[in-house]
Amino acid sequence: MNGTSPLVVRDAAVRLGGRTIWSDVTVEVGAGEFVAVLGPNGVGKSTLLKVVLGLLPLAAGEVLVCGREPGRGSSQVGYLPQRRGFDESTRVRGVDIVRLGLDGTRLGVPLPARFSARARVASRRVDELVELVGAAGFADHPIGALSGGEQQRLLIAQALARRPALLLLDEPLDSLDLANQVAVSGLLADICRTEGVAVVIVAHDLNPIITYLDRVVYLANGSAVTGPPREVVTSGTLSELYGTPIEVLEASDGRLVVVGQPEAASYHPALHAHHH
Amino acid sequence: MVMLADGGFTWDPVEDVRRLLEFHFMVNAFRAGTIVAVVAGVIGWFMVLRRQTFAGHTLSIVAFPGAAGATLVGVSPLLGYFGFCIAAALAIAGVPRAGARGTSEESAVVGTVQAFALACGFLFVTLYGGLLDSVNSLLFGSFLGITDTQVATLLFVGAAALGVIVLVGRPLLFASLDPDVAAAHGVPVRLLSVVFLVVLGVAVAEASQITGALLVFALLVVPPATAQVVTPRPLLGLGLSVAIGMLVTWLGLACSYFSDQPIGFFVTTFAFAGYLLAQVGTRVAGRFRARGARTPLHTGIPA
Repeated sequence: MNGTSPLVVRDAAVRLGGRTIWSDVTVEVGAGEFVAVLGPNGVGKSTLLKVVLGLLPLAAGEVLVCGREPGRGSSQVGYLPQRRGFDESTRVRGVDIVRLGLDGTRLGVPLPARFSARARVASRRVDELVELVGAAGFADHPIGALSGGEQQRLLIAQALARRPALLLLDEPLDSLDLANQVAVSGLLADICRTEGVAVVIVAHDLNPIITYLDRVVYLANGSAVTGPPREVVTSGTLSELYGTPIEVLEASDGRLVVVGQPEAASYHPALHAHHH
Repeated sequence: MVMLADGGFTWDPVEDVRRLLEFHFMVNAFRAGTIVAVVAGVIGWFMVLRRQTFAGHTLSIVAFPGAAGATLVGVSPLLGYFGFCIAAALAIAGVPRAGARGTSEESAVVGTVQAFALACGFLFVTLYGGLLDSVNSLLFGSFLGITDTQVATLLFVGAAALGVIVLVGRPLLFASLDPDVAAAHGVPVRLLSVVFLVVLGVAVAEASQITGALLVFALLVVPPATAQVVTPRPLLGLGLSVAIGMLVTWLGLACSYFSDQPIGFFVTTFAFAGYLLAQVGTRVAGRFRARGARTPLHTGIPA
């Protein structure tokens, strides 16, 4: 890996309101890699995404997106913020939502594909994206009438519309039921490999995604450990990071169970039964 | 009205249209009504999508003291409508939103302004000499005495407002549906929100001309809401919203002319009827579709 990796974070630190949120965070994400940012609530996981989006400045270190300083509105970065989903009364089709990801920043009004070559190209791309995330069956429905999982697929399609090198997702599994958590994780992993996109996902539950991950960034106590999930999520590493005894147990099927973590346990018993 | 000496409604459509357009004031009423319906249909569609009907309501309340004040000082009410509505739009835009969707504080501030605006309007009308007729038409609409200059003004200002919407249409749609992602894509969400409120102020001021300040929603909310019930396609919805607005305005003008009853009532009633029809229609259609998709065993509705 080199300087043109989709994402390079080196010795980064963030201060907000005079308080250091975290420091000494280092991670590199190459094309087609899947990385999760883990840690308890309030530790600054979303803050890391905001830095990469260019919405917050660094206090120290550097962040490079495709070899450049992060900037607002970069088409190199696709972003899915944390959300509760669209209001039921939002009467706009899923495909329109995806389309906005492609050209929603351009001035003017969209013309029907019949009248414009550019619109034809755009609507082909939208069809492609809808196909990619498996949303063809419901993309023409009003987005508000769709389930959380269906909305999430369309939003992933929207975030991928401009062919970003880096896809950032803030707790994309949070509002989903178990079946959809597993399905969306698998979809993200697929997109990562087939489209060559670097995917960075903020999560507080490791288990639905652990088999797909190349690396994790574990934020806790104002600091971070980065590495392959099975090296980071261990009793030794996490105890050192938290400064308090943490136990990581491995179930017979390979699932990891973190015990004794202050706040936000990363283990939900029910997930065990449903995965695989 | 006394000018109906020519006779009332006949069942001959050609003759009715001839009578309707016999007088120049009626031609102007149709011109103004059509302009207003188009402007309100487009801008209202975005307002409903952005869930800013409360802001729209406030602007319409402010339109009343605007027009009354203008009458009091002896300038055109049109000037008062536009001036007050745009000023109020800027004021609402200036109220900081607590958090991403902090509507509760905004509602309290805005509600306070509403009460004050209504009171001011009433004061202005009383100071002017308390002609009850003018209160009625300011609040509930009138189509009498619209001059050629007023039509030209409505056309010019309306075209400018629509021009702005056409220019920023796509980013505005993006920012309305998904402000966080739009901001991450570089859309100036905050600026667009101010621009939209000003344009909304213009639309409210225009619609107040026809429906009066209190019935502005008949053109600004009901046609767009009906369109959104019928179709989730943005362009089709915008077109439908305009079409419904024009239809109810024309019907309202005609009924008001022939029956001598206030236009605001007719426009509102037709718009409301259209909305009910759309709701019932889509529900029935949805049920039929669901019945077709499932096995007959699950329906429980006798065929």
